[in-house]
Amino acid sequence: MRLAGDHERPRDAAASDSGSATALPIAVRRLSKAYGAVPVLDEIDLDVRPGEFLTLLGPSGSGKTTLLMAIAGFLRPDKGSIRFGEREVVRLAPHKRGIGMVFQNYALFPHMDVARNVGFPLRLRRVPAAETARRVEVALEMFQLGGFGSRRIDQLSGGQRQRVALARAIVFEPRIILMDEPLSALDKQLRERMQIELRQLHERLGTTTVYVTHDQREALTMSDRVAILDRGRIARIDTPRAIYDDPRSRFVAEFIGESSFLDVAVADGVARAAGATVRADNLPTRQGRCAMVLRPERLHLLGPGEGEGMNCFEGRVTGAVYQGDTLLLQAVLTGGSPVALRLTTRGGEGPPPAPGTPVRIGIAVSDTVLLPDEARGEP
Amino acid sequence: MSWLDRPASDTQISHRARLWLYGLGALVLAFLAVPTLIVIPMSFSQSQYLEFPPREWSLRWYEAYFSSSSWMAATATSFKAGFCTALLATPLGTLAAYGLHASRLRFAGLAILALLTPTIVPVILVGIALFYAYVQLKMVNSFLGIVLAHTMLAVPIVMMIVGSALKSFDLDQERVARSLGATRTQAFLQVTAPQIGFALVTSAVLSFLTSFDEVVIALFVSGGDNATLTRMMFLALRDQIDPTIAAISTIMIVMTSLLLAVSQLFGKADS
Amino acid sequence: MTTASAFDAAGAIGDDHAAGLRRDQWRERMGLAGLAAPALLLVTVTMLVPVGWLFGLSFLDDSGALSLEHYRRMLAEPSYGRTFLTTFEISLATTLICILLGYPLAYFLSQLPRRAANLCMIAVLLPFWTSLLVRTYAWLVLLQRSGLINTWGMKLGLWSEPLQLVHNMSGTLIGMVHIMLPFMVLPLYGTMRAIDRNLLRAAASLGSTPVHGFWTVFFPLSLPGLAAGASLVFVLCLGFYVTPAMLGGGKVTMVSNRIANDIELFFNWGAASALGVVLLVITLVVLVLAARLSRGAGLFGAGH
Repeated sequence: MRLAGDHERPRDAAASDSGSATALPIAVRRLSKAYGAVPVLDEIDLDVRPGEFLTLLGPSGSGKTTLLMAIAGFLRPDKGSIRFGEREVVRLAPHKRGIGMVFQNYALFPHMDVARNVGFPLRLRRVPAAETARRVEVALEMFQLGGFGSRRIDQLSGGQRQRVALARAIVFEPRIILMDEPLSALDKQLRERMQIELRQLHERLGTTTVYVTHDQREALTMSDRVAILDRGRIARIDTPRAIYDDPRSRFVAEFIGESSFLDVAVADGVARAAGATVRADNLPTRQGRCAMVLRPERLHLLGPGEGEGMNCFEGRVTGAVYQGDTLLLQAVLTGGSPVALRLTTRGGEGPPPAPGTPVRIGIAVSDTVLLPDEARGEP
Repeated sequence: MSWLDRPASDTQISHRARLWLYGLGALVLAFLAVPTLIVIPMSFSQSQYLEFPPREWSLRWYEAYFSSSSWMAATATSFKAGFCTALLATPLGTLAAYGLHASRLRFAGLAILALLTPTIVPVILVGIALFYAYVQLKMVNSFLGIVLAHTMLAVPIVMMIVGSALKSFDLDQERVARSLGATRTQAFLQVTAPQIGFALVTSAVLSFLTSFDEVVIALFVSGGDNATLTRMMFLALRDQIDPTIAAISTIMIVMTSLLLAVSQLFGKADS
Repeated sequence: MTTASAFDAAGAIGDDHAAGLRRDQWRERMGLAGLAAPALLLVTVTMLVPVGWLFGLSFLDDSGALSLEHYRRMLAEPSYGRTFLTTFEISLATTLICILLGYPLAYFLSQLPRRAANLCMIAVLLPFWTSLLVRTYAWLVLLQRSGLINTWGMKLGLWSEPLQLVHNMSGTLIGMVHIMLPFMVLPLYGTMRAIDRNLLRAAASLGSTPVHGFWTVFFPLSLPGLAAGASLVFVLCLGFYVTPAMLGGGKVTMVSNRIANDIELFFNWGAASALGVVLLVITLVVLVLAARLSRGAGLFGAGH
C-alpha cells in the first residue's frame, strides 16, 4: 500500500513505498568507531542479505550494540559506509532511514495509549486518521493485541509491552528491522515463546532483520546467520549449525555452547591427548599443539567393548549434577583435564557412577573438532 | 501491650525509647512552620500592635493595602516581573539543560558551571554589580533591567530541575521516536516534553517565586514606577513594623501555597 | 537532504565518508550546545561581565590609577577585620545550630512511613518557598519587646522583664537558622532515606544494640548528607544581607551589609568592590574545600 503524503516528505531510505515490499540488503564496509584510542568498531565489513534474519552475537563490549546503533543512525561512526540497497545512508539522520526499531527496554511512550504508540510512525508520515486506525488495528491483531488499543502502557504485562513495541516497529512497513536485545527483560518461558513468535513473524513479513543478543541459545534458535563479534571485529559469520559444529577458533568455541578443551600434542602428523591417540578429519598442524573441543552432549559414556569409530579416553568420575532432563557427569581424564558429559535421563538407569569410579569416555571421530593453538593468556 | 512498647524499627527499639525523638522532631517542625503561619491570624487584628490571638478582628490592614496606590503599583510590578521571568527563564533553562545534556561536549561542564554561577555568587555582589552596569546602560529602575536580572537568577534553578528530570528520563524513547520517523525537535516536543511536563511546570512556578520574592537585587536596580513589592516592604520595615505588611505577607503565603499545590496536583495527574 | 543525495551519486566504492562524518558530528554537537547559548549570553551579560567590571574597580584608586589601596585599607582598618569575624561567627553558629536541630529532624522524618514523612515535609518546604522577607518580618513581630514571645514568656513566668530578642545578634541568629534549616534537612533526609535498612538489620543480627547500630552504621553513612548540608548552609550564610539588616537592627554588620553601606552611604565603589572580591574568594575557597572534604569522606564512607 502507498503511504499517503509520501511525496511531500523526504522519502525513507528503507520504508516500503510500494505494495510489494521487497526486502533490502544492508552492506557495511570498513565501519570504524573509536573512543579515544579504544576501537569499538574496527573496520567492520558485513553483508546482510535481503530478507535475512541476522544476529549479532558477542560478549558485552564486543561492539554488537554499537554496530546496531550505527546502522540505525544513533551512533556516528568515524568512517566507513553503510548502504541500504543502493542507497548510502551513513550520513543520513535516523528519522530518514525508515527503520523499524525495537529497544531492549521497549521504549514505549508512557503518556500515550497502545493505539497512539503504534500509530506514532504513521502520524509522523501524515497517514490519514482513518487509515492509521485501520493499520494500527491490523498490526495489533497480528500480535494478538486486538482490542488493547485504549489500554495504558502501565496496564500491560512484559510480554504485551514487547508485542506493542514490535507492532509499532512494523506498522509502517519498514524494509529493515533492528532489534536490540528485545527479549532480555522477559522471564525464561515467555522469552522462549517470543523467540518462536518473532521467528514466525519474520517468516511472514520477510523483512531484513538485524538482531542483537548476548544469549547464544537465542541466536542459534532464531537466526538464518549469526555474526559473532569480538572486540570490535567480526570473528565469524555463518549459519548457526556451521558455527556450532565447526567453530574454527577458540573464542567462538568458548562462546557458543558449553565446552571443555583438551590440549593436544601433534608430532609428525600424529595427535595425542590425555594419554590416547586422537583421530580427526582435519588436523590443523603436522607439528606442535592444538586444542580439542569437547561438547558435553557429544561425549559418550562407554561400556566394555564400545567405542568403535571413536576417540576414547580413560578417566575418573568426580561428580554428577542432576538437571531433570539431563544428567551432567563431571570427570577428569588421564593427565588431569576436567570434562563434562551430558547424559539424557530416560528413567531406569539407576544411580550415576559414584565419584572415583573409573570410566571410559568416547567422542565420535566425525564430532572431533581440533582448533589451531592460539596464543593464550593474552589480556 | 500499648503502642509505646511496640517495636518502632527493624532494630526493635520501642516507641517509648523514641519518644524524645518524636518530641524533638515535632518541636523543630513547629519552629519551622509556626512563625510563618502565625502572621496570618495576626494580620486580621484590629490593633496597631500585632497581637496573637487578636482581641478584635478587622480587615483594616487589608484595606490599607488595597487602597494604597503605591502598594498596588509595586504589587503589579512584582507580578509582571514574575510572569516575565517565568516566561523567559523556563525556555532558556530548558534549552540549555537539554542541549548540554545531549551534546556531551567537553566544554559542557564549563558551560554548566558558568550557568550555575548565579547560585554561588553572593547576591549582594550581583546587586551592586548590576547597579553599576545599569547606571552605565541607563537601565536603573527599568522594568527590563529587573526582569533580566531575575531571569538570570532563575535560569540555574530551571536547569537543575529540568536537568535532573532529563537524567531520569530514558533517552531511548527519543531514539525510538527518531527511528520511527521523528526529527529531533518532533521527538522532543511529542515524546520528551510531555513526560518532563511536571519539571517544566515546577520550573515555571519556582522561577515566578524567585522573582516575586527577590529582595536584594530589587533594592539596587528597581525603583520609581518600577519598584517591586519586596523592595517597598523592605524599606517600610526599616522604619517601623507596619501591620499592613502582615496583610501582604498573608497574601504572599497563600499565593505561594496555592501555586505549589497546583503544580503538585499537576504532577499527580501527570504520573 | 541535499548532501545525502549528492553522496548517493558520488558515493563511489572506497569513499569512507570520514571527513563528512566528522563534519556532521561537529555540526550536531555545536547545534545542541548552541541551545545553551541564549542562557549563557544572559548570564554573561547580567552576571559575569558586571561582576568582572566590579572586580576591576576594586583595583583602582580614587583617581582611577591601578592600586591595591582598597585592599591595603581593608588590612589596616580593624573594623573590616571585625566585619569578617562577625560574618564567620554568625555563619558558624548558624551552621552548628542547624546541625543540632536538623539532624534529629531529618532522622525523625527518615524513620516515619513515607506518607507521613511527605506530610511533615510540607512543614519543611512551605517556609522554604515562602518569601524570605515574609519570614523575617514574622520573626520581627514575634520577637519584638511587646511581641508574642515576650508576652507569653512573662505570662508563664519564665522571665519578668521583656527580653531584648531582636535588633541584635540573637534575633539575627534565630532568623538565619529558621531560613537555613531546610537547606540542612533536605540533603540529610535524602541521604538517610537512601541508607539500606538491611545494613541495620545485619548489624542487629550480629549483636549490636539499636544505639550501637545507629552510631556504628547509620551515622557514618549519613555523614555525606551532613557534610553537604553543612557546607551549603555555611556558604549561603556568608552572603546574607536581608536578615542581619532587618533583625540585627544596625548592630550586626555582616560583609554584605558593609558592602551595601559602602555604596548607599559613602558611594565608595572601590571599597565595596574589594570587599566583594574577598567575600567571593572566601565563598569559593569554602566550596572547593567542602567538595574536597566530601570526596575524601566518600572514600571512607558508604563505599558504594
